[in-house]
Amino acid sequence: MMLSRTADSLYWIARYMERAENLARTLRVTDRLSLMPSSADADGNEWHSTVVVSGSEQGFYEKHEEATPENVISYLAFDPENPSSIRNCIETARRNARAVRTALTTEQWECLNSAWLALPGWNETRVRGSGLHRFLDWVKDCSLLFTGGTVATMLRRDSYYFTRLGTFIERSDNTARILDVKYHVLLPENAEVGGGIDYYQWASVLRAVSGYRSYNAVYREGLKPWLIAEFLIMREEMPRSLISCAAEIKDCLDRLGEEYGQRHECHRIAGQIHSRLRFGKIEDVFRQGLHEFLSEHIDQNNRLGLEISRSYLLG
Amino acid sequence: MAEAIFDEMGLPGGEVRRAYRTLQAWLDETPHEILTLRREEAETFFRRIGITFAVYGEGGDPERIIPFDIIPRILEAAEWRQISDGLIQRVKALNAFIADVYGPQDILRAGIVPRDQVILNETYRYQMQGVAVPQNVYTHIAGIDMVRVGPDEFYVLEDNCRTPSGVSYMLENREITMRLFPELFSRYNVAPVDHYCDELMRTLTSVAPRNCPGEPTVVVLTPGIYNSAYYEHSFLADQMGAELVEGPDLYVMDDVVYMRTTQGPKRVDVIYRRVDDDFLDPLTFRPDSALGVAGLMNAYRAGNVNLTNAVGAGIADDKAIYTYVPEMVKFYLGETPILKNVPTWRCADPEDAAYVIEHIAELVVKEVHGSGGYGMLVGPKAAREEIALFRELVKTSPEKYIAQPTLALSTCPTFVDEGIAPRHVDLRPFILSGREIRVVPGGLTRVAMREGSLVVNSSQGGGTKDTWVLKD
Repeated sequence: MMLSRTADSLYWIARYMERAENLARTLRVTDRLSLMPSSADADGNEWHSTVVVSGSEQGFYEKHEEATPENVISYLAFDPENPSSIRNCIETARRNARAVRTALTTEQWECLNSAWLALPGWNETRVRGSGLHRFLDWVKDCSLLFTGGTVATMLRRDSYYFTRLGTFIERSDNTARILDVKYHVLLPENAEVGGGIDYYQWASVLRAVSGYRSYNAVYREGLKPWLIAEFLIMREEMPRSLISCAAEIKDCLDRLGEEYGQRHECHRIAGQIHSRLRFGKIEDVFRQGLHEFLSEHIDQNNRLGLEISRSYLLG
Repeated sequence: MAEAIFDEMGLPGGEVRRAYRTLQAWLDETPHEILTLRREEAETFFRRIGITFAVYGEGGDPERIIPFDIIPRILEAAEWRQISDGLIQRVKALNAFIADVYGPQDILRAGIVPRDQVILNETYRYQMQGVAVPQNVYTHIAGIDMVRVGPDEFYVLEDNCRTPSGVSYMLENREITMRLFPELFSRYNVAPVDHYCDELMRTLTSVAPRNCPGEPTVVVLTPGIYNSAYYEHSFLADQMGAELVEGPDLYVMDDVVYMRTTQGPKRVDVIYRRVDDDFLDPLTFRPDSALGVAGLMNAYRAGNVNLTNAVGAGIADDKAIYTYVPEMVKFYLGETPILKNVPTWRCADPEDAAYVIEHIAELVVKEVHGSGGYGMLVGPKAAREEIALFRELVKTSPEKYIAQPTLALSTCPTFVDEGIAPRHVDLRPFILSGREIRVVPGGLTRVAMREGSLVVNSSQGGGTKDTWVLKD
């Protein structure tokens, strides 16, 4: 048993840290892509598609006319008006952490507090050139330290499961978005991935979810769009795949159900999402249409988040 | 200042007082670079843990660190015994006074404290009249501010009976001193303070409300992360294993207080509240308060929840009431006060006001309801315009001011930019009252970091020191 507000804060701390990490990964591969010769992709701008992946298209274009590297980095990394900018993610996470610091372990708190203390040292000027990668690596490190610290130090009880739920709900959303947007952009109509630029594009999708080398370890037959989709949707050994997230979410909710002796609507939805991935076939996904499938997944995942809030976090 | 200033380490002749001899030897053998290094470590530690303090209305860094002076202040066992006995006596009397004010009002009838001073006081809460509180205790956690002017001369400067803060610094300062200077610490036999939070929890559970259904559920109520003492609230909740709640986490149904949890409502029995009276219950006090809980006062009066400190306890720490505390000790306990008050002129009294106006440049003038070192004049240190301003203020509304002589506050060796130099200090020990009264040996020593300054408040740039009480 814990305060609903505390559980809510833990959940959102984890979500914001995961979001910051995913943004950092996405920006990193975008920057890498833009270094490729004549990097124009399907609709001419990987920076634009990065804005779309981050789900902040509307806010971005209200402020900027064009998705230049400077504009995108400034908006996604630092803009105080963008509620999901990396800066805001870290600040919000730390503000929440301060409000519930008694529920955090020392390691978790110090990780978030140190990140927040170091944040003012980063700005648009400092991330020019090679500074960008140092910054993005740092963001990734902060998040990994938080997630690792959570697993390594937190008591296995409700507070832990709420924290983990935040991580996986966010991660699931992110993986689905990356795949959706990039696939959209690149969709080569059943074609194999060709050489050159295409190849880099596909590699970047995998890199954005830290899955490039893992993919090769699993498939050993080169980059193929449908295999990449399968890898990110249905492979249980891939820790950022939709099914991995769904399994973790289901597990956390099961533990909470046991601890509290009560199950809710969120348990049903989590089970449904998981079994669809567990017993579905990738062919069916393509038959339905990948975009439709992913959109539906994102919606379902959102509904699950809302139900978790309703059952536990609002009090 | 006419009198010589008492230094707690070194006597004028160059002799070092007994308790400080080992410290002196250690300081002599430790290079300043090491001390500087340790001080930096301490600051990093405080920042990383997030032990910060907000200063209202200043802008700039919203989470400032209170400067920590690495040189401990040392009190001998005998010195402490006198203080501790005096504190227990004083808090007993303060508590008896509050119980009396909201009960039979004997002291008012006896004409010892003027009725108007109480009933018309802003801190008096008529809503508490005739309300029974568990164990008849009102000021469960008291912080008494003391100063020292000589080897055996301690004065009480101020009583804090509402929500005194600073105890977390007492505990964290000890923690950091033991971590940074184990070799020095082990040369002394220092009485521990670590059990403060256990004692606090014991105190809080001992005052469970009469309708408490079983083992009492204790929570700490904070105004939230923007409060200057938020760190302390979370620290205490954590150490006690109690939930740290904000107003919106609680609600009242059928005069019972519940908190909103992941498993639905859970009944709350004792609330250690760090929210001021005014903000506790919008139905009773300020209707615009978002920090409180609607209906809390009804639950309190119905005996379904206890609030610590009690609502209305502020009547005992008002600066105008302060002057009567020695008389309270005699009236309620029939004892001679062990701790002295600083002689005080109450400007509400025309004769006193006349004296204050005439001698204002030598006096410390304080607002009766002020706190935190705001709205006060230190005559001998003030600019001419400031003195003129206060003179006018006292003339216009004398009842709002009291005045005291400038005391020659004792000094302690302090590590400042110039090296090790004497700086003025005060002391705030914490007294816990439940079924029994307990004092943890030590307290928060505040130190004015600027040379000659007498203002030790952290809001005014004061620092803190670890305070060692030696065992016999």
